[in-house]
Amino acid sequence: MAGTAHAAAGALLSALVLAPGGARAQQAALTMAVGAPVTSLDPHYHQLSPNNAAASMIFDRLVNTDHQSRMVPGLATEWRVVEPTVWEFKLRPGVRFHNGQEFTADDVAFTIARVPNVPNSPSSFAIYTRPIREVQVVDPLTIRFRTEMPYPLMPMDMSNLFILDRQTHEGAATEDFNGGRAAVGTGPFRVVSHRNGDRIEFERNDAYWGDRPAFARVNYRMITNDAARTAALLAGDVEFIDQVPTSDLAKLRGDQRVALSEATGMRIIFLGLDHMRTDASPFVTDNNGQPLPRNPLKDVRVRRALSLAIDRHAIVDRVMEGAATPSGQYLPAGIYSHVPGLEAPRADPDAARRLLAEAGYPQGFRIQLNGPNDRYINDSRIIQAVGQMWTRIGVRTAVEAQPWPTFIGRAGRQEFSAFLVGWGSNPEGSHPLRNLSATWDRERGWGASNRGRYSNPELDRMIEQALSELDDAKREKILQDAQRLAMEDVAIIPLHIQTNIWAMRRNLAHTARADELTRAQDVRPAAAATSR
Amino acid sequence: MTVYLLRRLIQAAGVVLAMSLLVFLGVYAIGDPVEILISPDADQIERERAIRSLGLDLPLWEQYLVFLGKALQGDLGRSFVFNEPALRLILDRMPATLELAVGATVAAIIIGLPLGLYAGLRPDSAVSKAIMAGSILGFSLPTFWVGLMLIMVFAVQLGWLPSTGRGETVEVLGVRWSFLTWNGLSHMILPAINLSLFKISLVIRLTRAGVREAMLMDYVKFARAKGLSPNRVVFVHVFKNILIPVVTVVGLEFGGTIAFSVVTESIFAWPGMGKLIIDSINVLDRPVMVAYLMVIVLMFVVINLVVDITYTVLDPRVRLEGKA
Repeated sequence: MAGTAHAAAGALLSALVLAPGGARAQQAALTMAVGAPVTSLDPHYHQLSPNNAAASMIFDRLVNTDHQSRMVPGLATEWRVVEPTVWEFKLRPGVRFHNGQEFTADDVAFTIARVPNVPNSPSSFAIYTRPIREVQVVDPLTIRFRTEMPYPLMPMDMSNLFILDRQTHEGAATEDFNGGRAAVGTGPFRVVSHRNGDRIEFERNDAYWGDRPAFARVNYRMITNDAARTAALLAGDVEFIDQVPTSDLAKLRGDQRVALSEATGMRIIFLGLDHMRTDASPFVTDNNGQPLPRNPLKDVRVRRALSLAIDRHAIVDRVMEGAATPSGQYLPAGIYSHVPGLEAPRADPDAARRLLAEAGYPQGFRIQLNGPNDRYINDSRIIQAVGQMWTRIGVRTAVEAQPWPTFIGRAGRQEFSAFLVGWGSNPEGSHPLRNLSATWDRERGWGASNRGRYSNPELDRMIEQALSELDDAKREKILQDAQRLAMEDVAIIPLHIQTNIWAMRRNLAHTARADELTRAQDVRPAAAATSR
Repeated sequence: MTVYLLRRLIQAAGVVLAMSLLVFLGVYAIGDPVEILISPDADQIERERAIRSLGLDLPLWEQYLVFLGKALQGDLGRSFVFNEPALRLILDRMPATLELAVGATVAAIIIGLPLGLYAGLRPDSAVSKAIMAGSILGFSLPTFWVGLMLIMVFAVQLGWLPSTGRGETVEVLGVRWSFLTWNGLSHMILPAINLSLFKISLVIRLTRAGVREAMLMDYVKFARAKGLSPNRVVFVHVFKNILIPVVTVVGLEFGGTIAFSVVTESIFAWPGMGKLIIDSINVLDRPVMVAYLMVIVLMFVVINLVVDITYTVLDPRVRLEGKA
């Protein structure tokens, strides 16, 4: 790409200019530190962002995603629907695994077969292979997947699956990957060594089919403590960190040695409400502390009031230090099926009070708002802020923050009336809709994270329609209408979408990713013009 | 001696059993590991599969019996997170923690004993008062804060020492050690200091108190009256007698450092057992938690044994068979 060529030329220039000065100028190695540990190099063992980040340095997917989560050709060069229930993927010719094995359609078939059969997986990738009824290897560079029903999400599912080699990985166990022996892919980096929970050392795969990474060696360290990670960057022990704590942002912005890179993420922070109970909700009482006979949260006017009471801009400015975007829907702008014109509601306490009075609660009521205190950025401070805003319109709010392990179990058992959670979306409206707001249905696998048990048959019908529409433009229209409906009915109360922030030494530049993955191929020496 | 050892071992087995039961019940009460480990994308069917695959679909008592059965064959289960045997994960990380703990304890003895002796022998001198005041700081400043300050001053401001991590290691007998290279050693200095501050203070205070008490004893007066040199009085007669409480406390502290140097290991990103256990607690990785606590119990039993044996060396009046 032209950008990369520019950057490389710039790096060369700065290396020439600075050559007498320092050894750092033309660096071949990069030391980076991530905040969440990579727990396994087996790309099919645990569906977890840090693991996927490391895997996407070692392996490729049929469909890769760019920094804005748009699907781009990976090991497949093109894909299309040949019949309503058959997808065809054309594979990239001449690709080799790190050990020299050739990549063919048979390896894809092997991968699809391995995914559901990884022993002891705490969260497998089988959800992405389940729709496939039959795999057909047409020729070494063409593969077809037959599904039961028309299935528009196939390319997106394929953007989640890392491709292995039949010859290399037949019978390979998770431990073989962790030891580094089986961590062999087609990706831009190969694994030199791996120490669980501590560091991974990579070297560049010079035979990589795509853009050549800027660094020949990468030391990928895991420093889970926020303060220590920032300190390691300032001390120069590492040159690049992710998950910059919001409390350090102001200081780092003012530091001449450091540059930041930011991208609006795909993770929405929202409030879930108890839609399940029509009678008393566990943490809602009248102003004297007596249980209310009816659950006020079932009334859409009450839900609207609660949403209108929240000053999202204030939360973003003061609690999040600007590292978020206020939101009134599931997905950020610029992503497929984002709803244009559906803005974050402006805080309007007067309108909120009127709605409450209309709904029959002129004096308000009491509620407890629950949330985690160690999961999302500033989570416990967000619910404190929301609690004050709700109290301002007469809904006297008690706030309780708990560690995630305790909190999430209770939320999953519908023990709360109102709670804060987050959701990292795929770039497709059906993903949050189906998981968060569709009616809970075990058979269809819908509403698995619908912890408030919202249910709206009209919405379900629209999601179903979208999920069988193969035309992307038509599907987008249906998904936008569905999201509008869900937001009008206040299925969830969206607060904001997090900004992903990385920090690096001034001599580096980085392409910030919406999907939070921290990868060495996105880092390069800064162009001479911007380096100081 | 054999009977004594046997008795200690049986006690240890009892404690280990009780511990495993407590951890099982505790983790069960906190929450469901699957809720934490599972990808948010997973649907209901995938959740049920994960629960079965981790053996969490059985009733608690049955899970416990399965665990016990395997444990008796030396299998403490596989980590939910890493999919590796829990015991191996722990043993892999033990050397890192051990060398840090040994470094901190040695520093505590080398620095703490002389300072304590001095403060005990010259309680009224200005230097002694400074030592004692310093030891109060060592006691009361939180490790967390001191660790960050050490990083800020020595790594970020002065740039003398690396801020985090373990640095280069050398493999000896299949185990990686970092104290054998200068790079590795330089990575060890800050965390070891951070761990040892509290211990240094403790040793200073114990030694000083012991010395002050011993100096008034009849045997010291007698030794002096016999005309022994002051050095001999202090280093042979007094020293030996004050060591018993110091050895006890240092031994317990050493065990505590190995088991629970969680804060220091997190701040300095030191890949030891403390970091493993805190990460495992955060995701309710029960096999690692159980195995870890069992290893720790065994370790404390061994340390206490060593302490007891040291007593007999220091004080011939102590007989192992008599106690326990």
